[in-house]
Order: sequence, then structure tokens, then C-alpha cells
Amino acid sequence: MTQAQAAPQPQAQRPLQPQPQPSPPGQAPSERFSRLRECLELLCPLPGVSGFEGPVRERVAQLIRPFVDRWETDPLGNLLAWRYGPDGPQQPGPVVMLAAHMDEVGLVVSGFEGDGTLRVRPVGGLDPRVLVGKAVRVGASRLAGVIGVRPIHLQKPEERRRAPEPEALVVDIGAAGREQAEQAVQVGDPVVFEAPFLVLGERRVLAKALDDRVGCCVLVELLRERYPVTVVAAFTVQEELGLRGAQVAAFRADPHLGLVLEGTVGADVAGVEPHHEVTRLGAGPALSVLDQASIASPPLVAALVRVAGRRGIPFQWRRTGAGGNDAGAIHVSRAGVPTASVSVPCRYIHGPAAVCDLADVEAAVELVQGFLQEEAAPLLQRWRRHGSEGG
Amino acid sequence: MPDTHAPDGDNLTRWLEELSQAVAISGHEQELARWVAERLGSWCDEVRQDPLGNVIGVRRARPWKDAPCPPRVMLAAHLDEVGLVVSRIERGGFLRVLPVGGVNPQVLMGLVVQVHTREGALPGVVGFLPPHLLSREEMGRFPRWDDLFVDTGLPEEQVRARVGVGDLVSVRPCSLRLLGGRLAGKALDNRAGVAVLLECMSRLARMGHAAEVYAVATVQEEVGLRGAVTGTFGVVPDVGVAVDVTFARQRGVGESEAPAELGRGPVVARGANMHPKVTQRLLEVARAHGVPHQVEVIPGRSGTDAWAMQVSRSGVATGLVSVPLRYMHSPVEVVDVEDVRQAGRLLAHFCAELDAEFARSLLDWGVGA
Repeated sequence: MTQAQAAPQPQAQRPLQPQPQPSPPGQAPSERFSRLRECLELLCPLPGVSGFEGPVRERVAQLIRPFVDRWETDPLGNLLAWRYGPDGPQQPGPVVMLAAHMDEVGLVVSGFEGDGTLRVRPVGGLDPRVLVGKAVRVGASRLAGVIGVRPIHLQKPEERRRAPEPEALVVDIGAAGREQAEQAVQVGDPVVFEAPFLVLGERRVLAKALDDRVGCCVLVELLRERYPVTVVAAFTVQEELGLRGAQVAAFRADPHLGLVLEGTVGADVAGVEPHHEVTRLGAGPALSVLDQASIASPPLVAALVRVAGRRGIPFQWRRTGAGGNDAGAIHVSRAGVPTASVSVPCRYIHGPAAVCDLADVEAAVELVQGFLQEEAAPLLQRWRRHGSEGG
Repeated sequence: MPDTHAPDGDNLTRWLEELSQAVAISGHEQELARWVAERLGSWCDEVRQDPLGNVIGVRRARPWKDAPCPPRVMLAAHLDEVGLVVSRIERGGFLRVLPVGGVNPQVLMGLVVQVHTREGALPGVVGFLPPHLLSREEMGRFPRWDDLFVDTGLPEEQVRARVGVGDLVSVRPCSLRLLGGRLAGKALDNRAGVAVLLECMSRLARMGHAAEVYAVATVQEEVGLRGAVTGTFGVVPDVGVAVDVTFARQRGVGESEAPAELGRGPVVARGANMHPKVTQRLLEVARAHGVPHQVEVIPGRSGTDAWAMQVSRSGVATGLVSVPLRYMHSPVEVVDVEDVRQAGRLLAHFCAELDAEFARSLLDWGVGA
């Protein structure tokens, strides 16, 4: 984006080398670029409301099976997969946990109205305003439904700007009455947005649930390679409900350090001052200093910055302290795990259709790949030395 | 799967889906007009368009084809839908938009749309700001038009090269089959009415009728009934029946605001906009042929083409038949296909039974000659 150069950038974003875009417009996209796009196209449309991540878990398991040495699922539904270091499972060496959550915000059916519509309750942080007038899919059979709105013709002036109360929103599946609705749907069935998967121009993707299928795709891609360290890939559940899956996944994985791969707010849009934009699409993956759930491990972040500098991978800082992700649970697992996040900027997350830039996704893969190849093992060795000196 | 509730052989459901997915924002109906003209051509002796773009299909009386001055009935259903128009290209390539017709801005946040450029449609999404940038007060309100924008995801220079101020923006078509033969989609106001017209004409083609029947798909209804004004002037009907949609009861809209229920048949309107004898005849025909129907009262302005038809030239006896519809002017309007079918049946019988005597009676208010 042309504006990326014009906007004021934080000091630390100064790259050590010029920043080549991974796939500049006009050039044929790399194989990886195409794979990432295909992966998003596979994962984003799947329904995966927190607690109902099954379809995503199944598809991810299929995708990673050829590349992992071992995988297992846990009591909450996390999918964990191991790709051991060069010495194999007997000598796993340093263990790095990479986490991406499979769940998305959505709704769950909570009851039936007399007129055959479904009462619903939000799962995760949903702005009720984005639900108005949207098409949805209900339950495992993907039953079609809509969330209606009072005709504008009938609304009183004071009604027109007032955001709806979540309780006022119901899902209409066309049932003529309660009985018909009860035959088609069960209380507890999850509800997700019906949204297309579209490629906008050469590099951008519009899809539902980019938060955090984009992280899942980065993680799937990273598993294609063997690294000097052992990688535990954690495809987690229930992030949107309070990092619940990551908490137990981290305990099971028992890693030496953690990296969270996620989609984060990109508010580089009309009407937002540059200092409020958090992240900017197309300017590379974002590194966090802190959010409300964790403070990123400074040596870990420094190592990521070194990789970016050495390899000329663009990155940016996540410029807000708001929000939180699985790092909040991982970094306090057991006796503590140094953890950081690598985030792909996404506009309009927690809505029916978010937008991200595939160049950022590709750069996120390269950044973490570089870290795993070059920095992870020495970093852990240094820490271990310090630890033994201290003891 | 729920997607199989309507049989594949059901033309009407397919028509409704095609009609809902077509884009025809007020003043820009030509593509859909061609589609409708083609369909009407199967049952009409003549199909023409007037200078505003109204599609007028004429089916002559038969078997009394050569009778002098047969009574003339005009059925009018508007083609156009509400939409958006690009008003400005902002820094970063974001598009500001204005409404064409009575758009409900409440449905726009996060909506997937299409920008109709010279070179074709560009997909995009109506953007919104993340909660941490909004005050509690702002979270409690829908955004104003000034704050809404469309994001095509393209670099600014590409947007400027491809999109122009004045380009139209529509909802991205998406029609859904719901349970029990109900359909959801955009623009069912008034594609449901257009489908009624097609259903009526296809039935009429198998019936005899003494009247000349004009099936008119009108333009620019949503911006002030303008197509109906010129269309009616051109047709010079004795009887005019507008075919539109009306509010069906839904969550938050009870009997006091919505006259009709989905699935209980077409709605015949009574009130000043409708000639009492036309209304009466519609109800008689419905009863005689077992057409399930409902009645709504419209004391004054109907907000439909009937309002313009009634005062065309020296006056036209009008009627209004409506399909019940939920969530009007949203991308997820819902109709019951059976209501559309029954409305088509009702109008076919109404046209078939309309004769010169009935047309004359419309001028007789019982005050003697």
C-alpha cells in the first residue's frame, strides 16, 4: 500500500535491510502463497463456534497428517501434533509450542419462539450490530437461516440509530411454528455467519473467521518442514471464551517457549487516525509488546526482530495494549513459558467477513520459519546455561 | 439437507431465486428488464419498453381476439431495488456511499457487497471499526452514513483506476432456501411481485380472457413510483392492479403493524387508493377459486405503484395485491413461495373474468345518469 510509507511508523519498525514483498503484484505468486490461499479457502468457511470446533479439527488433522510425527486430541478438543527435531522422539531437545485457535465467535441456539424463530445467545465477543440483516447457518446440517430487522418503514426516528439488544435478535429458519423448528434444530446448535470466500485483487482475502483460521493456516504451512527444535503444533479450542483450550494444551505440550499465531485487529481504514490503526494490512506480520493477557517475552521478541532484519522480512508492531490471545494462558503454564505472538492484520474481525493480505500471511510464515531454523535452539541453550548458572 | 425443500422442477422457486440474485438498482434496471422481457415474451403477443425502461408485455384478448375495444387491465410490479451509490473515494481507496431509495443502514455493518464498475463487479465489504476504538455510546448506536465505507481490498491507485463516483453498489446476491418452501434473499421486494406477474401470465396463457392484459414491470418505484407514472400513461388501462409486497408479521412486528402472515396467501388491500369494486372483485375471485388470501387496510398512501396508477390521466380504477414479506429492505427478506403462487393464481382468474361490463361498472357510482 502506498500509504504504508507515508504513515508515521514506530522506531523499531526500521528494517535492517530493504523490505522485499514476498509476492509483489504482477509476479506469479509463489507456491507457498497459493497453498496459503487454498488453505484459507478450506478452513474459513467451516463452522467452528467455540466448543463446536469439530469440522475445523477434522480438516486440520487431514492437512497436517503427512507432516507430523505424532498427533493427539485432548479432553477439551485441542488438536496437538509433534514434529520432532533431528534426533527424533527419544531426544526431543528444546520444545517450541506454536498455537493457533480453531474456534470463532458466533451464536448458539438457546430456545424457540412461538413463531418458529430461534432464540440465540452470543459465543465470544460479538457486536450485536453486525448481526442485523445477515444470513447464517445453523447446526451440523448447515440449515439456512436469517437474522431479520424491523422494516425501516415501521421504525420510529428514535429506533433508527439504536443498537439492538442481543435478546431482540432471533434466527428465522422459515419454520411455520415452534414444532417445525424443534424438529429441525436442537437447543445448543451452533450458528455461524454465511459468508463467501473471495480473493480481492491479487493479494487480499475476504472470508469469515479469519480470526483465527489465518493462524491455523500459518501453522499448517510451518509443519511442512523439520526444524532443529521439536515443534508442538497446538490447534486450540475456546480461545474466544477465555483462552481455555490453550491453557490445557500448554500443560500437555510442556514447551520451553511458546509462539501464538493469530489474526489481529487491522484498523487501517477510512476515518481512523494512523495512531489508532493498531496494525496495517500489507505491512507485514505484527509483533506485540504486550496486550491485556500477557507481556511478550523480550528476548523472544528480540530474536524475532533479528530474524526479520537478517532475512528482510517486513514486520510491524501491534500498536495497542487492548485485546488478548492464547499467549495469556501459555506464558503462565506450569512454571512459566516465555511466549510471544506473531499476528496477521485482519480488518473487520468478529464480523461476517474479514479481510487480510496474503503477503502478510506469507511473511508471518517466513518469520516464524526463520526463527525456528536459526534462533530457537540457540536462544533456549542460552537460557538453559543461565538457568544452570543460577542453580 | 435443507436445500431440497422446493422440488427442482419448480419454475417459480427458480424464477424467484434468479430474480433475487439479479441486480437492478432504481434507474439501472436494464439487465433485469431484458430477462423479464424474454420471459414475458413466451406468453405475450407483444413486449415493448417505454422511454423510462418499463417492460410492457401485452396479451390480447382471446378467443375474442378481434372484439372492438376490449377492456384493458394493467398489472404492475416494480423491478427495481434499493441500493447504494459511490459518493467519494477516500484516502486508502475506501468508498463512501449514499443510499438509492429507502436503504436501511442498520444492515450494512460487515455486509458483503458488489461495486458495479465499468469493467464489471468488484466484491467488497462494508467496513466497521473495532470495539476498542469506540466509546460505549458509539457502541450503542448504528453508524451514520458519514461513517460507513466500502472496502474492496484493492490498493488505492487500482480503486481510483477502476471505480468512479456514481458507480452503484449492491448487496452481494445470496439467496437461501429455508424450511417449508420459504426463500430468503435480497430484493424480494419486489421480485416476488415480478414473479407473481410471470406466474399469472403463464397461467393466463392456458385460459381465455375478454380483456387485454398488460403485464408491466416498472422501474424506479423505490425512488418515487416514477415508472408507474409513465407506464400507466402509456398503457391507458381501465383497471390497474399493482403487485407488491407487504409487511408480514415477524419478531418485533405484531398485528398492529403488520397486516399479514407468511404462508396464508396473497393480501388484498382495501382503502382510498383502491377502487372498492376492484377490491371486491379480487376478494370474490379468491373465494370462488379457493385462493387463500388475507386483507389489509391502507387508509391513505399505499406506497406502491397503485398510488401513481390511480391518478394517471383522468383516473384509473386500481387494486393492490401483495405478497407478505418479512424484514423488508434488508438483504435477507423472506417470502413463502406458496404465497407468490397463489397471488399469481388470483390475478390470472381476476384477469380471465374481467369483461367490458365490469369495466363499465367501475365508472358507475350509483348517482344516475
